[in-house]
Formats: sequence, C-alpha cells, structure tokens
Amino acid sequence: MAELEQRGDRTPTPSLWEYASAPESRDIVKLEERYGLFVRGEFVQPASGEYYETIDPASEEPLAEIPQAGPEDVALAVQAARDAFADGWSAAAPAERAKYLYRIARILQERSREFAVLESLNGGKPIRESRDVDLPLAAAHFFYYAGWADKLEYAFPHRRPKPLGVAGQIIPWNFPLLMLAWKIAPALAAGNTVVLKPAETTPLSALLFCDVLRQAELPPGVVNIVTGDGRTGAALVKAEVDKVAFTGSTEVGKAIQRELAGTGKKLTLELGGKAANIIFDDCALDQAVEGIVNGIYFNQGHVCCAGSRLLVQESIYEPLIEKLKRRLTTLRVGDPLDKNTDVGAINSRQQLEKIEELVAAGKEEGAEIYQPPCRLPEKGYWFVPTVFTNVAQSYRIAQEEIFGPVLSVLTFRTPDEAVEKANNTPYGLSAGVWTEKGSRILWMAERLEAGVIWANTYNRFDPASPFGGYKESGFGREGGRHGLEPYLAFDRVGASGG
Amino acid sequence: MAQAPALPTGFELPLEPRLPRIGSVDQVAVEARATDLSRRSIKREAKLFALDLAVRMMDLTTLEGADTPGKVAALASKAVRPDPADASVPSVAAVCVYPNLVQTALERVGDSGVKVASVATAFPSGQSPTDLKVAEARRVVELGADEVDMVIDRGSFLAGRYAKVYDEIVQVKEAVGETHLKVILETGELGTYDNVRRASLLAIAAGADFIKTSTGKLSSSATLPVTLVMLEAIRDVFEETGRRVGMKPAGGIRNAKQAVQTLVVVHETLGVDWLTPDLFRFGASSLLNDVLMQIRKEKTGRYQSPDYFTLD
Repeated sequence: MAELEQRGDRTPTPSLWEYASAPESRDIVKLEERYGLFVRGEFVQPASGEYYETIDPASEEPLAEIPQAGPEDVALAVQAARDAFADGWSAAAPAERAKYLYRIARILQERSREFAVLESLNGGKPIRESRDVDLPLAAAHFFYYAGWADKLEYAFPHRRPKPLGVAGQIIPWNFPLLMLAWKIAPALAAGNTVVLKPAETTPLSALLFCDVLRQAELPPGVVNIVTGDGRTGAALVKAEVDKVAFTGSTEVGKAIQRELAGTGKKLTLELGGKAANIIFDDCALDQAVEGIVNGIYFNQGHVCCAGSRLLVQESIYEPLIEKLKRRLTTLRVGDPLDKNTDVGAINSRQQLEKIEELVAAGKEEGAEIYQPPCRLPEKGYWFVPTVFTNVAQSYRIAQEEIFGPVLSVLTFRTPDEAVEKANNTPYGLSAGVWTEKGSRILWMAERLEAGVIWANTYNRFDPASPFGGYKESGFGREGGRHGLEPYLAFDRVGASGG
Repeated sequence: MAQAPALPTGFELPLEPRLPRIGSVDQVAVEARATDLSRRSIKREAKLFALDLAVRMMDLTTLEGADTPGKVAALASKAVRPDPADASVPSVAAVCVYPNLVQTALERVGDSGVKVASVATAFPSGQSPTDLKVAEARRVVELGADEVDMVIDRGSFLAGRYAKVYDEIVQVKEAVGETHLKVILETGELGTYDNVRRASLLAIAAGADFIKTSTGKLSSSATLPVTLVMLEAIRDVFEETGRRVGMKPAGGIRNAKQAVQTLVVVHETLGVDWLTPDLFRFGASSLLNDVLMQIRKEKTGRYQSPDYFTLD
C-alpha cells in the first residue's frame, strides 16, 4: 500500500498509490464437471465419447470437460434443427418468434453478472469489459432482432422474405456470448433454426446459454449447440445445412468457401482485419490517445476490427507517441476478474505463441519496441501492451493480423497518402479517422475500403449498425436490417419492376 | 527580415512561446473517459489513503453574504481539528473566506499550518473595472491571506477578448506577489470543453499557480470531465515546460465517493506527483463531514450517526 515519505512538516507525499484488489466474486457461477451437447433441448453425451478440458487462461486451471462432437453428433444436431424447422418454427406466427427473442434478451439481462463472470473466467477478458460491453450488447442484439421478427415484409418490401432452413454457425473465442448473439438473434428472427459451434477454447457461455433457452421455453431443436475443435466446425460445414455463417480467421474462411463452392448453401464470412486508425494533426489529441488505446488494447487486442495499424500525421508524431507511451504506463494488466483490470489474459497458449512469434519478427525486421513496465502474474497467458514505432509498410507486423495487444505505428504526410496506406492491405474490415474537420471525415470515408469507419471514436458497436468486411475480411453484414438478409430467401415475384 | 503580419483583433492571445498548441477537446470521448475512470473500484487501504489525502487537500470554504466572525471561527476550528474524536485525522489544507473575514480566520488557525485563502477580484462575477480588482487583490494580501482565489472575466472571455482576460490575470499576479494565486475559470459559464481548455492554458500562461473550476455559485461546477480537461491542460504544460501547475475542483463535490473518483482521475492523468496539497485541492463546504464519516467507517467497520460529526 501507499508508502508515505515525509516531506516538509505536514505534507507526506505518496510515492505510490496502489489500488487494493477488487475482485468480482466467482461464486455466482456454478460449473458442471462435464457438459453435454445441446440437442433437441437436452444435454446429450457425444457419440464420439471424446472430451477435452476447457481452462481459465488466467491461471491455466481446468474448469470443465467439454464434448468433442464428431460428424455423427453434428448430423444429429442438424436433424434436430431440421425437424424443429418443419415442426412449426418456420410456420409460427412471427410475433411468436419475437416473444422468445424478447424473453432471451430479458433473461440475459437478469443473469448478466453470472454471464459476465463466466465470460471472463473462460476467456480471460477483464470483467469491466464483459460487464459493460459484452453482456449489454448481447442482450441488445436479441432485443433489436426481436423487433424485426414480425416486420420482415417491411424490411424487404415486395420481396416476400422466407427463412432458409437450418443455419450452421461457427463463432470465435474473442467475444463468445456476443458473437453467439450476433449469429442466433437474426437467424431466429428470420424464422430459421440453428446449430451453433462455439470456439474450442471458450464453450462455457454458450453452454450456459442453453439454460437460458430452456428458461425461455424455446421449442426444443430450434437452437442446438455442438462443441469441439476445428474438426467439429468442418463437420458442420459439410452437414445438411442451408446456410453457413462463420466468424474467424481468413485462412479457415477461405477453406470453408472452397468447401461450399457449388453446393448452393448460402455463406457469410466475417474474417480478419488489419485496420488503420488514422490520426490527423487537428484532432483532439488526448481523446485520440484514448481511442488508440481502446482500438488496440480493448479485449487484449483480440478484436477482428482492432485498430492495429496506427497512421499518424508526421506533424504530430512526437507529442502523440509521448502521450501514448505515458498512457500505456497506467494500463492495469492482470486478473480478469479484478474490477480495475484494463487488460486481461491472452486467450490461449497457441494465441500467445502466435503473438510472440510476430513480435519477435517485428524486432528482427528493425522496428523499435516499447513496452511499459508491468508486473505479470506467474501463471496463465499474458502479454504486455506493446507499441512498435519505426514500422515500414513492408514489415510483417504491418501486414499480418497479430490479434494481440500489439500496435504498429506508421506515419503519413497528406490525406491522400493516409488513404493509400490505409487501403494497402488485403483486409478491409474497419478503419478510424480522427480529425476536428467534418468535411475531411466524409472525404476519408468515401475513399477508405473498410466495412466500418469510426470517426473520433473506435470499437463502438450497436445492434442497429451493420458490421462486415471488404476484400479478405469477408462478405455479408451482421447487425441492422442488413443482418437479416443473409438468413432469408426472396421470391423473384414482383422484383422485375424494380 | 520580413515582419510577421499583425494578427486581427481577437487573435492576440499572448501565450508564452513554449506553451503547447491550444488544441481541442472531443466532448463525447472526454466524457466517456471520465466515466471509465469513475468506475475504478477503490477499496480498503487504498480507500483510506485517498480519504486521508482528501482531508489534507481540502479548502474548507464558506462564501456567504451571511458569514459572520462566529461562523468563520467555528469553521477554522474544524479545519485545524476536523475530527475531535480521532487525532489521527489530519488538518485540512486551508480555509477559504471573504476578505472581511480573513482576520478572524487567521486568529483561529494560528500556527496550526492551516492556510487562509480569500477570494478577490469582484468575486463571483468578476464584472468590475480591472483597477478595482487589482486593488482588491493587493488589499487581501495586506490583510494577511496566504492564498488568493481570483475569478477570470468570463464576459470578456466569451466576447473573444482573450488579451484582456490575460492581462488582468498578469496584473493580479503582480499585485499579489509571492502569494499563492488560484485562478477560477467558472467553467459552468464557459459552455464548451474547448473553452475550458483555452481558459486553462490562458490562465496558466498568465501566471496562475493553481487553476480552479468554479466559484461554487452555479449549479454546474466541478464535473469529472471538466476536471479531466483541466488536468490534461496542466499535463501538457508540464510536459512541454516542466512547470507544475496545481488544480482545484470546487463546487459539486459533496461526498467521499466523488472525492475518491476525482483523485483517481488525478492519479491516472498526472501521476502520484500531483497527489499532494501543494498541487491539488478540493474546494468544498459539505464534503468534509462525509469524508470523516467514511474514514470512521473504514477504521471501525461500521457507519456512525451523523450526530457524531460536528456541524460548523
């Protein structure tokens, strides 16, 4: 605690003000020793008989045993979804579907603390973020799409929207529950049934969500959850589904697209990114620094739209970098369940190794590294927030997605050069623009090849706002009215006129 | 050598050459940052440390037309020994009163180390001729005040006559000499965070030892984002010039929780160096008793009736 040193007669100056630990209690979460697959509203053991351990990445302690679903299990889940689709879900009154979505949203709000703790426990993200971002947004997604369920005719006038059937959905480990909400809410609102595979390392919130579905009395089979590693995902892609929605790496996304070519299954992909966060010299400097920090250190940088390439106008390069380095020293890295933690644990050993490899490459290529002094816990997977300066466009750390708390800083001289550098990447998911000039924001937004462009903010999400990529960041949109479209088929009738 | 063109009227802001560029503030982002910081969870020893510090940083204030020697004497006694039941609770930093009551306050604080601050320069409006304001400030120092809290001329500032505001602060600074000068911006009348930042840098350039948010006479005063904007201006000056300017939020901080939140903002914006009464003060009248109550609670584990804390 505060060590006081006496200065003068009565003015002790603290040399340190350490915040006492403020952990959120994990008692609220009750874990099973072993989970099953959620099929037809019941937990069932996998035919494969295989299980694996899921852990807490902050301590490497095992949390529970998770089934590794094989092709047979996946087929059963898809059949369950097919039956539920035929048995009434697709024909149910749209307002009836809305009712269930509203129920799910409300239950998520009621149980938000439980879910937030579990999300931090299994994923490593700070409780501050799971509590203030993941959970409110997940509930908001269900509320939002509940509103669309009985208004599809108005969303797509004269196009006679109809559900597709069974959607196979594969989600990543960075926002486990939120990505589940992004996938399930529009699919159900449009009248489809679902088989969803959570990420290998973060299955627990999806399995707890099954409990919410039961509480909401959602008809059995409308949502089925199968767990496992990439093999389970591959089996789901190959199974008899009508649509595949995938969020994850570009590499896997390309493999899925190859697999589905010629099958007639609909596909949406939300893949990687290497977003440019562009700082002009007339911006509000201190707030831009906050935006940079939020852009790349939010969720340990495990964000597909992370602002991982900082493009700074040369005229403010030095003061900005000084401010940024100073700000990094106040970031609190550590126990994800501590309410004061800003940066939590890296999600898995595999991801940590990938970050370490790319950071080593950055050093070797000649970039200058800055890491604030930082005490990391002994156990678990951790990486100090890192800034690379002196980065050239050709370095791997400027080209490849690191998916960790690592920022690469480049400079530009003119708006044209900023656009050129920002677009010079195979990706195109997101971008940030920081300037006081409104006209410049619009000018930049017209030219940046990115699905989401934030102005004077970063990493802000809303269910009403569509999200998705250009180029190798994928196709299809999630969120907003646009997010319904990939889950609907349209009659050609009446379309000829317009 | 070519001569620089004269600046048009309104652009004559005379800043010290090495002061940082004025820059701007983004309202949405600065409010979001302040909200984030206010969510820090400060517990146990860390909280007790902050509460003790808040007492030592307090300018215990009464600025009413109805102030009497009796009222001020009671306040000054409280300033010296805030909690008669607990000798480990330190004295506050200063008492802040109107000029007519400086003498009373001085007599009561004696050699306790508690300073006496007085407002001056046509407080709270600042709407008087410059020579009167300068004379008032000089007189307040003659009366024995250790610290002078002046107000800026918001009317001139909002009319774009920055040079007049600046010159006035310079003249007051000359008039008070070595006496500690706090410059009140009255941020509730400035309208935008951009203006708060401009006024902060202007006051600092003109020689303020401290910049202070408010007179306490408006309902909108020392909000967390306003405090953050002013601390960022102080930080920019420090980083460019090495000069350390103090900060005093005043008005609106009524309970211990707000005080702790404010100290978190100071800590994470300027670091531990500013966690001292030499560079940070709270201007408050009702805050002290809530802080004392919280200190007693942290030490004993239970809350006590407000009847155990003196009303002064």
